[in-house]
Amino acid sequence: MELTGAQILLRILEEESVDTLFGYPGGAVIDIYDELARSPIRHILVRHEQAAVHAADGYARARGRVGVCLVTSGPGATNTVTGIASAYADSIPLVVLTGQVPTHLIGNDAFQEVDIVGITRPCTKHNYLVSSIEQLAPILKEAFHLARSGRPGPVLVDIPKNVQSARIRFRPPGALRSRPYATTPEPHAGQLRAVARLIGSARRPLIFAGGGVIRSGASEALTQLARRFRIPVTASLMGLGAFPGDDPLFLGMLGMHGTYAANMSTGACDLLLAVGVRFDDRVTGKTDAFAAQATIVHIDIDPTSIRKNVPVRVPLVGDCRESLERLNGLLADPPGEELESSRRQWLAQIEEWKAQRPLCYRSDGTIKPQQVVEELYELTRGEAIITTEVGQNQMWAAQFYRVRRPGHFITSGGLGTMGFGLPAAIGAQIACPEKTVVDIAGDGSIQMNIQEMATAVQYRLPVKIVILNNGCLGMVRQWQELFYGGRYSATCDNTAPDFVKLAEAYGALGLRAERPEEVRPVLERGLAHVGPAILDFRVTPEECVYPMVPAGAPITEMLLV
Amino acid sequence: MKPQKHIMTMLVDNEPGVVSRVAGLFSGKGFNIESICGSPTHNPEVSRITIVTRADPPVIEQIEKQLRKLVNVLKLRSLNGPHCVRRELALVCIAVKPEQRAEVLRIVDLLGGRVADAGLSHLIVEVSGEQEEVQTAIHLLEPYGIKKLARTGPIGLIREPK
Ligand SMILES: Cc1ncc(C[n+]2csc(CCOP(=O)(O)OP(=O)(O)O)c2C)c(N)n1
Repeated sequence: MELTGAQILLRILEEESVDTLFGYPGGAVIDIYDELARSPIRHILVRHEQAAVHAADGYARARGRVGVCLVTSGPGATNTVTGIASAYADSIPLVVLTGQVPTHLIGNDAFQEVDIVGITRPCTKHNYLVSSIEQLAPILKEAFHLARSGRPGPVLVDIPKNVQSARIRFRPPGALRSRPYATTPEPHAGQLRAVARLIGSARRPLIFAGGGVIRSGASEALTQLARRFRIPVTASLMGLGAFPGDDPLFLGMLGMHGTYAANMSTGACDLLLAVGVRFDDRVTGKTDAFAAQATIVHIDIDPTSIRKNVPVRVPLVGDCRESLERLNGLLADPPGEELESSRRQWLAQIEEWKAQRPLCYRSDGTIKPQQVVEELYELTRGEAIITTEVGQNQMWAAQFYRVRRPGHFITSGGLGTMGFGLPAAIGAQIACPEKTVVDIAGDGSIQMNIQEMATAVQYRLPVKIVILNNGCLGMVRQWQELFYGGRYSATCDNTAPDFVKLAEAYGALGLRAERPEEVRPVLERGLAHVGPAILDFRVTPEECVYPMVPAGAPITEMLLV
Repeated sequence: MKPQKHIMTMLVDNEPGVVSRVAGLFSGKGFNIESICGSPTHNPEVSRITIVTRADPPVIEQIEKQLRKLVNVLKLRSLNGPHCVRRELALVCIAVKPEQRAEVLRIVDLLGGRVADAGLSHLIVEVSGEQEEVQTAIHLLEPYGIKKLARTGPIGLIREPK
């Protein structure tokens, strides 16, 4: 049967079980759009290509599948770069399809021609320019495989217009080319036994969970391991949700804005079992002082993560889930009496740290941003999917919304992209229509992709945007207050629109709270509303995120409330 | 830790953009390339790229791991030590006065080099060998006045079992 490139593309997408495309049309993808109208695949028209990528990203995280987006050449393609880099930093599987000028015009500086393959080379797992229709199907198959295999990541496929319109007799592509990189190593049996021995003999063990636990579906195995041996658990920002946030064994987040208990425990533990993490500088602080008393075990699928930032005693390269499941199988019963008592002391010490310095804030008659997140947590019983913007709002969300399940905390961790939260919430809501999806936002970040309100309204997506409106670029302001002598250069003189009116202009619900007692009713009304809503909370402008570890200091040296 | 010179060779897909992926990885991550040499192998679908870098041992480990992660890198090996054969080729264009010619030719002969081009006032000398030998040759020719110099950077292969 003869098929056009556009038809082949849609056919492969269907074979890959793609049900939703996030995109924005243009001349270089008009052939694909023409076919799309006849396809069962749902297209979500965003209002900016950056948002198409973030939405696909949010979809991928909430659904545990590859997210797909489609944009035109030139500016359409360049607008995706921030989204791609964000997904790359957080290891999110995406396939980004870009149109390109016809092959005979490539290199001529044609209208809307840009070398997007060259531009995105360092922020994709891999990328392709499809130079003939024969290559299209095999490249697409390989792209999906690469996106989700090993350490997942975004893959870009640039498809010239004449490849989309050309016709060939379609033959389903054969087996994938074998790529040595993609072989996922089996966790090494000897290393596994070494890890099991260490767990069996540690007096002060601590599990440190990262995004890899969520990506590989290892939460259950991790939870089982922790509960069976009563090992306390901390997490990176990306690891929130890997272990139930309301479990007494959970210490909260680790690092620059980590909890006192998590940071102190990391400093004092004798075994740090790090799973699916990459020891980002926001987690380690001063690396020489990080977990200085501990034997560090590092389980990760990506060999480049291992020993990149911190020295690791026992590396274990492999899939987190498989590794943890095998560990669970290897580990015999709880340790003997003498060890038991050390472990009891360890847990008691941790309880003491928790009690001494819990996450807290001072109420003073104004709305505290932390209060908003706490009440949101209570009202949604910790079951909502939370997306965040970037800055203080993100840290308060991480601290006060005790995420209980994997895939329920969706944040731009590695790149820290302001403007991520709203489009990601749209993607997550499409992935999980039954769920309450809330974007916890700052008044600065939300303006970076606010146009997506139109998308939410058009598709009747009931996402809720909780703006912790402090009237400033809070996180930068906080650094200026603490480390730059209170010189608030360019952080406190931004004017924001009236978000309630703005919501209404988009056809959404807008509500505002100005006093602490208004927080709960506004949240209740907003959450009960059937459509999208912006909830504008006027919070204390000067509130800072604590604990805080100054950049480059040991994480046990925190500034506290 | 002292930065070490490190030679590695890799088989890669012979496709457009692959050298740029490899070189881009070095520049993007702040690794340095002292020399890079690439060309197709007997299999037209596969090229070989050989790179010399200088870095601390943990950085070298990281570079090699990162390279292995590139989808187009099919195989990567280090080329350090006696189990490998390494060669570099240099073309040295020197200014030679007629009365120096005989002397220079003796040196070229001594070095096992060849004259690739000759004129009234110049010679282009071709020398090859281990990088250190090429270095010595250049050093010996330097006093005559090097007008131009081209070096390939080393290539190499791992020896087969005897
Ligand atoms: C795209 C982008 N630009 C700039 C920054 C730097 N930055 C980090 S946090 C922040 C302030 C964010 O302000 P807001 O969204 O109001 O959140 P708040 O910190 O006040 O909660 C800025 C400018 C960034 N992370 N992303």
